[in-house]
Amino acid sequence: MTAPKPTLDTVENAAATPDEEQPFASLGLKPDEYQRIKDILGRRPTAAELAMYSVMWSEHCSYKSSKIHLSKFGAKTTDEMKKHLLVGIGENAGVVEIGDGWAVTFKVESHNHPSFVEPYQGAATGVGGIVRDIISMGARPVAVMDQLRFGDVEHPDTARVVHGVVSGVGGYGNSLGLPNIGGELVFDASYQGNPLVNALCLGVLRHEDIHLANASGVGNKVVLFGARTGGDGIGGASILASETFEDGVPAKRPSVQVGDPFMEKVLIECCLELYAAEVVEGIQDLGAAGISCATSELASNGDGGMHVWLDDVLLRDPTLNAGEILMSESQERMMAVVTPAKLEQFLAITKKWDVETAVIGEVNDSGRLTIDHHGQRIVDVDPRTVAHEGPVYDRPYARPAWQDGLNADTTVAAGLARPATGDELRAAALAVLGSPNHSSKAWVTNQYDRFVQGNTALAQPDDSGVVRVDESTNLGVALSTDANGRYAKLDPRTGAQLALAEAYRNVATTGARPLAITDCLNFGSPEDPDSMWQLVEAIEGLADGCFELGTPVTGGNVSLYNGTGEPGQIDSSIHPTPVVGVLGVIDDVTRATASGWRTEGQTIFLLGTTRAELDGSAWADVVHRHLGGVPPRLDLAAEKALADVLVNASRDELVDAAHDLSEGGLVQALLESCLRYGVGARVSIAGLVERDGVTEFEALFSESVARAVVSVPRGEEQRLVDACVARGVPLLKLGETGAVVGDEPALVVDGLFEVPLAEAREVFEGALPAIFG
Amino acid sequence: MGRVVVDVMPKPEILDPQGKAVVGALPRLGFTQFTSVRQGKRFELEVEGPVTPEILAAAQQAAETLLSNPVIEDVVRVADAS
Amino acid sequence: MAAATGARIGVVTFPGTLDDRDAARAVRLAGAEAVALWHADDDLQGVDAVVLPGGFSYGDYLRAGAIARFAPMMDKIVDAAHGGLPVLGICNGFQLLTESHLLPGSMIKNNHLHFICREQVLTVENASTVWTNEYAAGERITIPLKNQDGQYVADERTLDELEGEGRVAFRYEGVNPNGSRRGIAGITNARGNVVGLMPHPEHAVEAGFGPDSEHGAKAGTDGLRFFTSVIASLVHA
Repeated sequence: MTAPKPTLDTVENAAATPDEEQPFASLGLKPDEYQRIKDILGRRPTAAELAMYSVMWSEHCSYKSSKIHLSKFGAKTTDEMKKHLLVGIGENAGVVEIGDGWAVTFKVESHNHPSFVEPYQGAATGVGGIVRDIISMGARPVAVMDQLRFGDVEHPDTARVVHGVVSGVGGYGNSLGLPNIGGELVFDASYQGNPLVNALCLGVLRHEDIHLANASGVGNKVVLFGARTGGDGIGGASILASETFEDGVPAKRPSVQVGDPFMEKVLIECCLELYAAEVVEGIQDLGAAGISCATSELASNGDGGMHVWLDDVLLRDPTLNAGEILMSESQERMMAVVTPAKLEQFLAITKKWDVETAVIGEVNDSGRLTIDHHGQRIVDVDPRTVAHEGPVYDRPYARPAWQDGLNADTTVAAGLARPATGDELRAAALAVLGSPNHSSKAWVTNQYDRFVQGNTALAQPDDSGVVRVDESTNLGVALSTDANGRYAKLDPRTGAQLALAEAYRNVATTGARPLAITDCLNFGSPEDPDSMWQLVEAIEGLADGCFELGTPVTGGNVSLYNGTGEPGQIDSSIHPTPVVGVLGVIDDVTRATASGWRTEGQTIFLLGTTRAELDGSAWADVVHRHLGGVPPRLDLAAEKALADVLVNASRDELVDAAHDLSEGGLVQALLESCLRYGVGARVSIAGLVERDGVTEFEALFSESVARAVVSVPRGEEQRLVDACVARGVPLLKLGETGAVVGDEPALVVDGLFEVPLAEAREVFEGALPAIFG
Repeated sequence: MGRVVVDVMPKPEILDPQGKAVVGALPRLGFTQFTSVRQGKRFELEVEGPVTPEILAAAQQAAETLLSNPVIEDVVRVADAS
Repeated sequence: MAAATGARIGVVTFPGTLDDRDAARAVRLAGAEAVALWHADDDLQGVDAVVLPGGFSYGDYLRAGAIARFAPMMDKIVDAAHGGLPVLGICNGFQLLTESHLLPGSMIKNNHLHFICREQVLTVENASTVWTNEYAAGERITIPLKNQDGQYVADERTLDELEGEGRVAFRYEGVNPNGSRRGIAGITNARGNVVGLMPHPEHAVEAGFGPDSEHGAKAGTDGLRFFTSVIASLVHA
């Protein structure tokens, strides 16, 4: 292949041609941002510098619209909350200590837009990216989760996206040997044309294994290893090519990144061997903005200077120009800083794993990031101005004009017909149970490996994923994520807090003590004041909620511009979707509480208070396709008390099974608890109707927070009652596990209806296969 | 009975992990001559009668809409193989 | 770690192997010493048996096991297997054994085209191999299955031969999860020292982390006897 001889835009040339027009707008830079680059440099940027600044100052990399609001997380984190935090916000992922010298690192990240363009590769590379974040902290990745949101199941394009994304998450994660321990699956018309693909990775390490992204030590080598650099993900940068190459080029650049999970698996093992050999001073994964990001971040986090010889980057496509090499988002690459003395050992390890490696630069104390190409200087910048000192915007935001109308349109005001008779209640319960959003997720999760690594104690459909960290003690962690976009649409502040509350409750339900938070904030355009208001409300709500629960945010991701409509309309953007992940610690994962009844003859209790809260509920959605009113009332004090009861009851073996109440309310929780292991139950809700002053319908379908159902072994009832009384958690006996109708296990709601589990199972497990095959 | 053969290849600029794995393995078996491998797909479409220009045109259309993913693959050949 | 039985069982790692650490754990829980073997080496380190674990060696990009079979370590294992060394191939390891012609047939993509992960019931049909002698013939066991290319295929004559010689070691019970010919989940060579199967016994060796069983959620340990079987046959040899 012969590339035309490039005419380089050197630093010298840039200084000499101050008035040359540059395609900054096509690269996404605003005129004032371009001017700021010129002010920083004291000249116009070279083409390569323009490429670097444009990607690093993008919303995706710089968080320029959310930064001033995200700082509230830090401001609301007390020293007490930080006591388990070994690494906080700002690094590739937070690190939390969990005892016995062990630590875990975890983070959730989005890959929404690529997953609409090419669902398989978009989802696959989304998993790949978050896994590399975890590796770069020095940890072994041990589990993944995926939070998926798609358009309406009836829409003709939804199946394409669902099949591609699920195969992509599975195809990549399964090939890495990472158990998938849970996630979310939601269908809603608001995500049509804008699916959300979030992925979470959990890693395990010893305290002393923590690695950070900084380039320190003058004379240390900068090493790029893994896959070769190709033209992936630089569609927008091609316009630079026309300026720096002569006629007839360049080749078309793919905007789609293709993942190679085999390469990533090898990279994981290779990195862990490099860490064990102690030959890595600093390390950074290459994700968005590729080499631009890695070099500028490593340099500005370290001694501040670095020189790079761009010709030494191993290329898959030799026609790439300097700007393209710097912007390329080719997957499965890492950058390490290595002392000269350890370089040989480093190279021997990458060679053992057949991982291609190139020394491309050196750390210095110049305070500059300089890059040479074909022997000429094409970049000379202060790396901090690229990596950390990008523009910050205080975007206008205001409560949307349509918000009041939405909140006034309650399920009562809308006059939605409510089921009243036993038959009507039964029909509504089965309608929710068999709806795409509330039916069994097995069609998806059966495409994921949950056994690999041999440490999975709980996985979907349990409330949280639970994995063992230490084989000698069974110490482990529980993880759950949640977001209810419908609640967040009704009230983004409360919606974000409700997501936090549910994930927190899910973790506590297994018996794990909640410890730390990660979040992925999926919102509409920051240039639409409506969406911006939703984002600000959600961040403030989440920061307040984390403060009240005493669990710090350790890191996460913001994804904006999720919307396809004109600004200002009620349907301009997706439902605001703040995905919140809660991590908890459990001393012995083999004693994690099950999410369904396993034994007949145990007493079933309901913990918590039920109010008439049906706005935004699963019932309103499934039966009436209605969204309006206000979400359930938040009560974090009640959540804390409930969590305390659940964690202690698990440790003291007072509960055999526990399942949280959320979407679909009590009846959904009872059905799921029965279906988990095929054990029925007989309950009466008469006491609940009387105590909480609600109707039978409200008792069964309300989505009030801070509630759970538990089954208690014979003889332990009084101890559980005492535990609840001591912490002020309302408790009510509902009935007993093990009901049979005919010869069949069933859920019997006294005086109202009964559902044989075989019938319920068909409804529950048949829904998604019927739609997606 | 006629037969149309359709060949689909990953676009040249797109990473081909399959081809990469094979090209890495060849030298280990002594095949050092080959510097690059790309792995594609071949489809064989059968029709009742002879392969007419209309049939080929339909095959071309099928190849571009269903048999290949235009985001990452090219249809490189649609030919009568009767 | 010194093992109670003195048996040393090798677990081979190829680039892309995923279940090597799980297989090593299973070996240890069964009472033997697990010896890590690297694909590019050609020294079996005197092990008494070998496990080829699951995964996606070389990404399974050409065919499952097709590139890994040419590893230097595989040359040694093939030679030793002909001499009677016990070899167990699990999932990708089974695919590797067929690519190496130690076992007949091959695996193609599941008939439903999806990756599938499920707790699978199997019938042990041959309980006289070195890897199955602690099971009873006809016994039903539950162990996890997880694969993309798990559909066992062979020509009719080969299938008849396998059946006729009692070399179908395991058959899927209830559901045929991938369309395998005659429901075959695993087979053995004539001598009974080389066994391959698609499901993963190493994921059913420890209560709390296995499939559900009548003893409780995640309590299934039906896979452990693969490893105690080979240890028993080594001790008695």
